[in-house]
Amino acid sequence: MMTYLVRRTLYSILVLAGINLVTFFLFFSVNTPDDMARLQLGGKRVAQEAVERWKAERGYDQPLYFNAQAAGVGKLTQTVFFESSAKLLRLDFGKTNENRNMGWELGNRIGPTLALAIPILLISVTLSIILGLGLVFYRHTVLDTWGVVVLVGLMSTSSLFFIIMGQYLFAKLMVITPVSGFSPPPGMFKFLLLPVLVSVIAHLGPDTRLYRTLFLEELGKDYVRTARAKGVSEWAVLGRHVLRNSLIPIITSIGLLLPALLAGSILLETFFGIPGLGTFAVDGITSQDFSIVRAMVFFGSFLYVITYLLTDFAYAWSDPRVRLK
Amino acid sequence: MKIVVLWTDWVVLLVLLGTLAYGWKVMRQPHLAVTWRKAFNTATGTSAATVLAVFLVIGLLDSLHYRPAIAGKADAYATETRSVLDDILHQQQTGRERSYSAPLAYQGYEKEATVIDGQATRAYLRLQHGGAHLDQPEQQWAADVLLRTLAGVGLGLLVAAAATALAVLLLARKRRQGLGVAWRSLRRGQVGFPLRAVLLTLTVLAVLAGVMAMLATAYHVLGTDRVGNDLLYVVLKSIRTALVIGTMSTLVTMPIAVGLGICAGYLRGWVDEAIQYVYTVINSIPYVLLIAAVVLILMVFIDNHPDLFPTSAERTDARLFFLCIILGMTSWTELCRLIRGEVIKLREAEYIQAAQAFGVGTWRILLVHLLPNVMHLILISMVINFSGLVLAEAVLSYVGIGVDPSMQSFGTLINTARLELSREPTIWWTLATAFTFMFSLVLSANLFSDAIRDAFDPRATHK
Repeated sequence: MMTYLVRRTLYSILVLAGINLVTFFLFFSVNTPDDMARLQLGGKRVAQEAVERWKAERGYDQPLYFNAQAAGVGKLTQTVFFESSAKLLRLDFGKTNENRNMGWELGNRIGPTLALAIPILLISVTLSIILGLGLVFYRHTVLDTWGVVVLVGLMSTSSLFFIIMGQYLFAKLMVITPVSGFSPPPGMFKFLLLPVLVSVIAHLGPDTRLYRTLFLEELGKDYVRTARAKGVSEWAVLGRHVLRNSLIPIITSIGLLLPALLAGSILLETFFGIPGLGTFAVDGITSQDFSIVRAMVFFGSFLYVITYLLTDFAYAWSDPRVRLK
Repeated sequence: MKIVVLWTDWVVLLVLLGTLAYGWKVMRQPHLAVTWRKAFNTATGTSAATVLAVFLVIGLLDSLHYRPAIAGKADAYATETRSVLDDILHQQQTGRERSYSAPLAYQGYEKEATVIDGQATRAYLRLQHGGAHLDQPEQQWAADVLLRTLAGVGLGLLVAAAATALAVLLLARKRRQGLGVAWRSLRRGQVGFPLRAVLLTLTVLAVLAGVMAMLATAYHVLGTDRVGNDLLYVVLKSIRTALVIGTMSTLVTMPIAVGLGICAGYLRGWVDEAIQYVYTVINSIPYVLLIAAVVLILMVFIDNHPDLFPTSAERTDARLFFLCIILGMTSWTELCRLIRGEVIKLREAEYIQAAQAFGVGTWRILLVHLLPNVMHLILISMVINFSGLVLAEAVLSYVGIGVDPSMQSFGTLINTARLELSREPTIWWTLATAFTFMFSLVLSANLFSDAIRDAFDPRATHK
């Protein structure tokens, strides 16, 4: 068990190093630091000195990957790649182009993002599992058929429509919740209500359908027949046997849902004006601030890798076959 | 006239040729033909395929681009790149109003400043094109719309009846039966192929198209947007964008996914480790952020190298092309993982072991023995990814990292619709149009992919 977890953790660190290489290559090879400087300082008519100064401030004035002029190890360490990667791996993200501290921004913004993502995750997973079990209980009936029709309909609707219609119905017509905005904890609830609701509905279609298929597959197995033969009631069969044996695929799907939530946070946060990580990334995109986008890519990947690691741990916890391998 | 083939047009044409070649191959190989027949054996699957086919035809017409010659000059061509669809919808494209107008309206949606009897005032003005043929619109409008609708229904039914007659004729010839017998077995659905469902779907589509076409000659059927563009035109142009993104994204990265997946699964050892590492790394980067980063980098690149992209159509197209590649990169890992898993199972199969025992080379085993046997995974992943990619495009375009804002797409359409809902009075038709078209495209894609999966996935058959 321990060796498994240690191995997974070490592998995650290796993956982080790989991500760093990929993002660095993306950001510094297609457009050179000169291009970036010109973009930030505005237009093509920027003096070369200004470009040099901008690069020196950020430590971009060194060679990208290999410094032939330096001595010894310096050939590799005195490069843009080494300097910026070393900082990133220490989770030191540097400053934005407007000279705000990136680490401080991220720390401030992760709160609202989690306040949005955690309720969505809990509610949508619980609800989807309950609905999935319900559909399987009523399988081969009209209820099941129409349930699936509704689910496919929900799946085929863009989440943008849910958001737009949610804002229109609840905020504009019925005036139950504010259209958008955010406030710190005591007043947070009313701002989060609508985004959470919208997001849960958007996730309901694909998730419930997936769980229904999983449960149906599990129902065809021999142990279910044995349990029924023992006289176990249908609900007990579903709740106790089928659900527990479907845990592995459920954990997998939750593991896939978490990144989707982070990605979805970009959409939800911009629509609902929540000052989280998503809006930060969008700000970076619209102001063409490479340092924000790069930091966000790395930070997002960091959260992903942690999520995958947690998924691995959850496998080990839920399934002795994984644990004892 | 000068024919223009954009990057994405090449891909569309290649996809078309590839599909035809594949279809030919299916016809010749009995085991593939049986599976495909199974996929088309459900009424929902075939109806969905019919709707998809209509979307495909529209997308295809919009992929044939050319630059019209300037009249009176040899060797001079207009800067504007047009498609065949533009020619069909010429009236919609050029019949531009001043601003918003509701569907089928004959006057503007908002009061405009004007001069009546020498006095400056604000009034609802007549549209320049929509309902312009009516003298007294207040009295004539309802009757005119009704008449055109009925004519459209009649036209649609006529086309559907012709299609049905053709189907009956072919059926009777194939089975060497009388026409009456063929018609009765068709009506009862005893043809062995859900022909009845296809014909019903075609009838509904033909009636809808007929009504649209009859109304579109004199009105803006779906209304106009802020700058007065006909929404029917805009939404039909959006279809190509959605189709290109939906198919191309999977296709452009498919060779990498398949190649690496097969190699990893068959060769195992360090190759497997390395490939797994690569896709874990790429999979660990949040795809929205990765796309954001690439699009941002690309925009700067295009700005810095204007000489590579001479016309604006080419710039827009290049952005669409790269968006597809990067979207493909994110779905790539999933397919690669699936193929690797399948190949690990297959390499223990008897026919592979036999091939190894005969001394068949590694490359030959990979290409001849393994590749055809993972084809179904590629197909399934392509149809499953399709709807997700169409939905993703809308989201990405909203965040500003999707297609070029000047390109018609569902995403840009919804983006404008959002602000219009908060206007007073509400402008609902943009959202309704985008919703209807996108929903029917994605729904039929979902239903079709279900049919394909049920037919091709060996695990799904026993259910």
